Amino acid sequence: MTAELTRMTAAEMASAIAAGQVSAVEVTQAHLDAIAAVDGRVHAFLHVSAEIALAAASAVDARRAAGQPLGPLAGVPIAVKDVFTTADMPTTCGSRILDGWQPPYESTVTRRLREAGAVILGKTNMDEFAMGSSTENSAFGPSRNPWDLTRVPGGSSGGSAAAVAAFEAPLGTGTDTGGSIRQPAAVCGIVGMKPTYGGSSRYGVVAFASSLDTPGPLARTVLDAALLHEAMSGHDPCDSTSIDAPVPPVVAAAQQADVEGMRIGVVTELGGEGYQPGVLARFGEAVELLESLGAKIIEVSCPHFGYALPAYYLIAPSECSSNLARFDAMRYGLRCGDDGTRSAEEVMSLTRGEGFGAEVKRRIILGTYALSSGYYDAYYGKAQQVRTLVTRDFDTAFGQVDVLISPSTPTTAFRIGERADDPMAMYLADLCTIPSDLAGNAALSVPCGLAPDDGLPVGLQIMAPVLGDDRAYRVGAAVEAALRERWGHPLLDEAPELTADGMGAAGARSTK
Amino acid sequence: MSETMAELVGFDEAIARYDPLIGLETHVELGTVSKMFCGCPTGFGAEPNTQVCPVCLGLPGSLPVVNAAAIESTIRIGLALNCSIAGWCRFARKNYFYPDMPKDFQISQYDEPLCTDGWLDVTVHPEGAPPSQLRVEIERVHMEEDTGKSLHKGGATGRIHGADYSLVDYNRAGIPLVEIVTKPIAGTGSLAPAAARAYVTELRDLLRSLGVSDVRMEEGSLRCDVNTSLAPRGSGSWGTRTETKNVNSLRSVERAVRYEIERQAAVLDAGRRIVLETRHFHEDSGTTTAGRSKEEAQDYRYFPEPDLVPIAPSPDWVAELRAALPELPAARHARLQSEWGLSDLDMAALGNAGALDLVAQTVSAGAAPAEARKWWLGELRQRANTEGIELTALAVTPAQVARVSELVASGGLNDKLARQVLDAVLAGQGSPDEVIAARGLAVVSDDSALLAAVDEAIAANPKVAEKIRGGKTAAAGVLLGAVMTTTRGQADAARVRELILERLGQH
Ligand SMILES: [Zn+2]
Repeated sequence: MTAELTRMTAAEMASAIAAGQVSAVEVTQAHLDAIAAVDGRVHAFLHVSAEIALAAASAVDARRAAGQPLGPLAGVPIAVKDVFTTADMPTTCGSRILDGWQPPYESTVTRRLREAGAVILGKTNMDEFAMGSSTENSAFGPSRNPWDLTRVPGGSSGGSAAAVAAFEAPLGTGTDTGGSIRQPAAVCGIVGMKPTYGGSSRYGVVAFASSLDTPGPLARTVLDAALLHEAMSGHDPCDSTSIDAPVPPVVAAAQQADVEGMRIGVVTELGGEGYQPGVLARFGEAVELLESLGAKIIEVSCPHFGYALPAYYLIAPSECSSNLARFDAMRYGLRCGDDGTRSAEEVMSLTRGEGFGAEVKRRIILGTYALSSGYYDAYYGKAQQVRTLVTRDFDTAFGQVDVLISPSTPTTAFRIGERADDPMAMYLADLCTIPSDLAGNAALSVPCGLAPDDGLPVGLQIMAPVLGDDRAYRVGAAVEAALRERWGHPLLDEAPELTADGMGAAGARSTK
Repeated sequence: MSETMAELVGFDEAIARYDPLIGLETHVELGTVSKMFCGCPTGFGAEPNTQVCPVCLGLPGSLPVVNAAAIESTIRIGLALNCSIAGWCRFARKNYFYPDMPKDFQISQYDEPLCTDGWLDVTVHPEGAPPSQLRVEIERVHMEEDTGKSLHKGGATGRIHGADYSLVDYNRAGIPLVEIVTKPIAGTGSLAPAAARAYVTELRDLLRSLGVSDVRMEEGSLRCDVNTSLAPRGSGSWGTRTETKNVNSLRSVERAVRYEIERQAAVLDAGRRIVLETRHFHEDSGTTTAGRSKEEAQDYRYFPEPDLVPIAPSPDWVAELRAALPELPAARHARLQSEWGLSDLDMAALGNAGALDLVAQTVSAGAAPAEARKWWLGELRQRANTEGIELTALAVTPAQVARVSELVASGGLNDKLARQVLDAVLAGQGSPDEVIAARGLAVVSDDSALLAAVDEAIAANPKVAEKIRGGKTAAAGVLLGAVMTTTRGQADAARVRELILERLGQH
């Protein structure tokens, strides 16, 4: 029974709970059991709040028993990236500098999730302050990819992606700054969506790069992602950059799931040399599939996408160098060397030296340099110009097509440690995802099979215009349905079973 | 504080050889109900760290939201200062580490200020010279958030250096500030100190009339930095400037400029160079001492604040705000002058004494303008000077002064009695009418009572009486004085004069 409960989709759980076929407490307990069984090896969670989760679940059961209306996610467990502030759970951002910090206030996203009846199981692992593509930059050790525990689950929202892929939770929240939702979703074989920038509130999301950070959903199905997307999004007066417009009809689009007559652009610049052949093979099949479903495929050039990655690595570090200044040992978090002999300045620099990891320091230094007087125009200023050009590429492209597609990542999941000492190689993991972060448009990653060369998941990225999030869901759901029909089962059924005692066995079924 | 007492050149001597250039940067705490980027209250004097929230404490994940009232106040200030209002502008982050800054950056404005290129006409009142007009060019008016306040405990100076420990109060963090920056003011010569004071005075009055701030220099809601530099007389080649902080009163503004001119002249005379630095003004000694050196410019790494959307005030809104501006001090000054029929010098005297509003209120309460002016600049100013307080701090209201003035005009009091009444009012003995009733201070104008005193005076001064009989009516003053003495000043002087002339056949 327990295993069956954790294998249900979020939509199925919500309707089973609403119908009284199963209690929210049972569903929550099943997931807490799953976490207890497998998380020792997956290490998706930094913090599990069993009591708080069970209390929230029984509140849902009580509401149902009393005949009160239930929220759309009533009783559905969720894993929350440890970058969202929670008033009843610690928030560390995967950093030693915030180890043990208990925020006194709740993020807008988690507040909305609780209001929708979702049951927060705990907080998930991430690259420190969301800087990374593997969770290896977490101060608390990496998470592991449920498809192969020697590989990374992607990042920075790798903990949430791994939790969802390992059936520890049907839903997870993430934040996407350069690909931090889509890239882990792709390499874990699940669905991940970066909404339009400003579509979901950043209030209570510990900032990495303010002009890029976008909270979004991770799920095992396109419909589940849309349900979570809808519940967590919408205008928030506490976030000035939040868009004051209705949430695009993402759930309806996920249910529509057809691409008949849609114009779909294949981005010339995102593919080819440097991409893993197995990834390109599955991507090519996805293009053929879409064509067979009635879409019109058009080759589209976005000439400035090639400059997106370097521009990103000036803009994001610049903003982070300022955003992370507040971690100064004065008001919260770690404080080192305060023995009465040191000045405030010395305590600040000692604490920052001890509290931040290498990648965070690298980006703070990079950003501090890029914003320096005399360098601003050449670095930050120039990068902003590139950002404008990338945005124009999208505008032009969306004048010709309804959505753009590409592989979500150039390769499948790499091995833990493989790129740890090579930041440039690590940065390339976000090659395909960064353009949409710079332009602020919506982009979805859906699984499109296992790469023939290594048997690991490949993601298909579907990019839609600003506030056209529903289009991405419509295409994603169509691909998902067609592939499921072809395979006869969801892709994750092919992932190795993670049992309580030891490494998972190989998947029982095959895609062929 | 290690600096030894600086050598100075006398002010007149300094001005004879150098032209001063001054500039003023004024920070005004807006009187909005809530802070710049959150809903916390802004009241002064609350328990430390009780007016704070995740936003103004800069907690991880918190985000600012602009207070529309602060934008509105800033635009109104810009309009009153004849500035252009930007159609589109952004906030910027000013990055530097300091414990009283919750985010370790300050949200400010950098190259896109909300208001630019304005001016303020001020009247400079130099001591012993006629007032003169000066147009001060305004470079920019921009918004920023205030920082918290550090309290350094232990140590001798209350400064961070040598302190045992420091406490930080974040109540002030995030209070909206407006910074008003003048363009360099040249050509004022020996009037530079008075010009600086006149500018800050006029600006303070302007801000008060807009109702945007309580502009209390002593509470820090109006803070002034004074920039000063010198050029050899007539050369136009300005030397390095210093920025004097901690200038907390109008008088200090004047003294700070004066002192810096004297100090810089001495440094230049000695063939040394002026160091680019901030200097602290000391109220007690009227001197400045070296603060932070600015020789190595701090790099604030300004960049557009990504957490806030641009401000784009619509032309309609700006026009509405412009139309709704109240009467500004300069216009009011001109109106009152013409209504009251006072000379420039009279008005200047009122301004210098801080008596303009008091006189206006006294006139509104029924007094004649000349009388109101006479009371406030004469009798009452003397009392205020004796006590060493501002006119506004005297324990008498304009309405009470108007009542006394009215009684004098109607003959109910003479000047001497009126002074006694005001003394009693100032001593807290009640309103003018209460004092008069309690002390029986009414003027004696009953002829039978006065005639006896008049006859007595004539009898005691036969030679004077003879002169009057001979037509020298001016001599009546001697007899009048005698009558006033015998009646202890309570006689109605006009009536006494009439009676004397009548008695001596001159009517
Ligand atoms: Zn606040």
